[in-house]
Amino acid sequence: MELVAAVLAGFVIAPFVPWIRRAGRDYTGWIIALVPLFICVYLATLIGPIADGETRRVSYDWIPSLHINLSFYVDGLSLAFGLLISGIGALIMVYAGGYLKGHHHLGRLYAYLLMFMGSMLGIVLADNIITLFVFWELTSITSYLLIGFNHHEAKARSAALQALVVTVLGGQLMLGGLLILGYVSGSYELTEILTQGDMLREHSLYVPILLLILAGAFTKSAQVPFHFWLPGAMEAPTPVSAYLHSATMVKAGVYVLARFHPALGGTDLWTIILVTAGGLTMIVGAYLAFPQSDLKRVLAYSTVSALGTLVLLIGIGTERAIEGAVVFLLVHSLYKGALFLVAGIIDHGTGTRDINMLGGLRKAMPITAVVAGLAALSMAGLPPMFGFIGKELVYDALVEESGFVPRFVAGITVAANILLLVIAGIVGIGPFFGRNRDTPEHPHEAPPSLLTGPAVLAGLGLAIGLIPTLFIGSLIQPATQAILGDPVAISISLWHGFNPALALSAITVGVGVGIYFGRGRLRPIALQIYDWRWYGPERAFPRIMEGLDSIALTQTRLLQSGFLRYYLLTIIITTVAVVSYPLFGRGELFDRPDFGDVRFYEIGLGVLLLMAAFQAARSNSRLGAIAALGVVGYGVALIYIFYGAPDLAMTQVLVETLMVVLLVLVFYRLPRYVQRSTRGNQVRDAIVALTAGGMMTALILASLSFEDRTTISAYFDENSVPLAHGRNIVNVILVDFRALDTLGEITVLAVAAAGVFALLRLRLAEPQDEEADRGA
Amino acid sequence: MDTILAFVIGGLYAAGIYLILRRSIVKLIIGLALLGQAANLLIFTAAGLTRAQPPIVAEGSEVPINPSADPLPQALILTAIVISFGVLAFTTVLVKRVYQTVGTDDLDDMKATDR
Repeated sequence: MELVAAVLAGFVIAPFVPWIRRAGRDYTGWIIALVPLFICVYLATLIGPIADGETRRVSYDWIPSLHINLSFYVDGLSLAFGLLISGIGALIMVYAGGYLKGHHHLGRLYAYLLMFMGSMLGIVLADNIITLFVFWELTSITSYLLIGFNHHEAKARSAALQALVVTVLGGQLMLGGLLILGYVSGSYELTEILTQGDMLREHSLYVPILLLILAGAFTKSAQVPFHFWLPGAMEAPTPVSAYLHSATMVKAGVYVLARFHPALGGTDLWTIILVTAGGLTMIVGAYLAFPQSDLKRVLAYSTVSALGTLVLLIGIGTERAIEGAVVFLLVHSLYKGALFLVAGIIDHGTGTRDINMLGGLRKAMPITAVVAGLAALSMAGLPPMFGFIGKELVYDALVEESGFVPRFVAGITVAANILLLVIAGIVGIGPFFGRNRDTPEHPHEAPPSLLTGPAVLAGLGLAIGLIPTLFIGSLIQPATQAILGDPVAISISLWHGFNPALALSAITVGVGVGIYFGRGRLRPIALQIYDWRWYGPERAFPRIMEGLDSIALTQTRLLQSGFLRYYLLTIIITTVAVVSYPLFGRGELFDRPDFGDVRFYEIGLGVLLLMAAFQAARSNSRLGAIAALGVVGYGVALIYIFYGAPDLAMTQVLVETLMVVLLVLVFYRLPRYVQRSTRGNQVRDAIVALTAGGMMTALILASLSFEDRTTISAYFDENSVPLAHGRNIVNVILVDFRALDTLGEITVLAVAAAGVFALLRLRLAEPQDEEADRGA
Repeated sequence: MDTILAFVIGGLYAAGIYLILRRSIVKLIIGLALLGQAANLLIFTAAGLTRAQPPIVAEGSEVPINPSADPLPQALILTAIVISFGVLAFTTVLVKRVYQTVGTDDLDDMKATDR
């Protein structure tokens, strides 16, 4: 119950944000932060039980016939993610209040953020994979709204659309994978799917399942070649970037990989794809981050790199690697969240995020400088920060195995970490040291609402680094166990002794510091290579979108000609084709050509009707056409009489008479017939018309050879007198058994009559029309 | 007889479709009327023709004399006749009005909402 409340709280409270804002004024952020805080505290109470090996599950029926349930489940992995989402969420809410103080649409931002938080919690707590998918798509939608928050800017709008298209495309593919997965494993509940790993890995549909789910995870977590949407998403306000695009949402893909690891992981295909994509993303992200000058873009690319590291570690899949992934996940969320928020403070305080314009800020912003320094140390992986533990674990996992490929991957990882160390310096140290520069605004220290978030995050990075067991020993072990699917025993400490990992760390620091001081010369070189990105997916995306647009345009021009007859032709030809195929495919159509029992006057009537129809179609005069139409109408009435339907005949005769009178009256005021179509068009239309008519004939003949004619009419025959006390059964059906239908029919007639009346009475503005009406 | 009617209905459909494909809006109306007749006959024929009694229960008895015609298609068609009359009356007046306002009965001249 509490689980469902935790997930739905954000959605329930979001609509009330305007009132909260009116009551809370400048303290709105602090008030709204209570929502994630409560959730965080609730989840924290579960740490103990989960560490003891318990899990929590709750399930409500949603669409039971499709096996879709609102079921939620907590184990170590869900809990680690849930704590990150709610904990960082609370800090972000406070921060946003200070960052966008007095902003006209602050309320809207809070509503989106709350809904996003709910969606994110839904992903990590869902047990039913369809429920998971629904929340997955909700994060894409809320992310779209948040990136496009400054919707008056074209750049923000296009970045939002780009992120939406990429993530939703992946989401659709993932839905396909989830459906196949549910079909193969016979259940849509994760708790049941995860126990069937051996069966799933052997199954013939394993490859499609894996590829489709990976497509969803890779697009969401910005893996190469889908990484380009993430830097674009930096158009969002900074609190949003910190929350969605570094700490939580982009990790949803990593969550899915970790979650499905027991069911799908461990195969060669899994390892090859994840290690390749993760390793490539790790190095490309780190490399692209290096030459950026916008603080947020530097951080965005370094986030791409971190996501790659996580995917790589899950791909390796050893105990050590998974443990490293869990630790690095927490490490990264803490320092990257803090650095994003610091970037926001700098932007807020100086009016710029360009690192070339920033320097010496430590005097004006001493607290921010300390916070940024701590976060940067953690990012650089230096002791005594949590980041050091994370990096050591990652290195440890990589040097565990020997052979060319593991060595190569380890080398790339070291290279990426060197670059990340440099970037940590550029972002967290550079702006605060060196000489003062001129900034658009006079730098000033940030208010408490802005400082709380980064200070808590950076402080946690230090505290966990110093006393790792106290804070996270009970969190990491269950999470690692949940990803591996087997019990594990792990120990975490700051000092691991002298080992290969420490040696790699030393190399990292040495080379990194060197590059940092040489960055003035190296960055321009890197920037040139950065321009190559225009040959990559960043350029392909707009091309593809343009291509789609032009296909849509061509198709619209083709189908939407604006000429009624072409629409009709399309409909008629399609109908003929679709009906004819099964009709003539049966091949037993004219089994019983039955001309027996035909009376001579019936043949005469048939010929008369056909001639009248032909005349109506070919007539060159209006009156001739109306007369032919009248003949058809009265002829049909005769058929009704011959075959036991006097009511129909009566109605038909009355209506036909009225119709002919009406047409003669109105047509008298319409222009004469003119020959408009070309000969060719007439022939074409005649062929289409005759084909369609021929198909109808064939359809009736086929229906006549259908023997079984049980209808519900027997009921009407038997009950007409006893129940409805009427002897004319047709009338009884109309006014009694199906009285509501008749009421509807009368309504239609009344509407038509009102329309006719209104059209006749309508006076138009032009004087000539008024004259014409008066003449009538 | 139903075989003959099958051809009659096919003919009515062909004539109706030919007319609604014309450019003149007046021919469109006649075509619609023909299609309505064709559809009614289609239901009537497909439901099974019989020369039997109308579906009326004689005085003093509780059920109709067997065999009598099927009342259900008749009820459907009765509704359809009336509705198609309503639609046709409305269309006719609408066309008259359109001609008064636009000054043409050529559908090709009515492609756009403004001229």
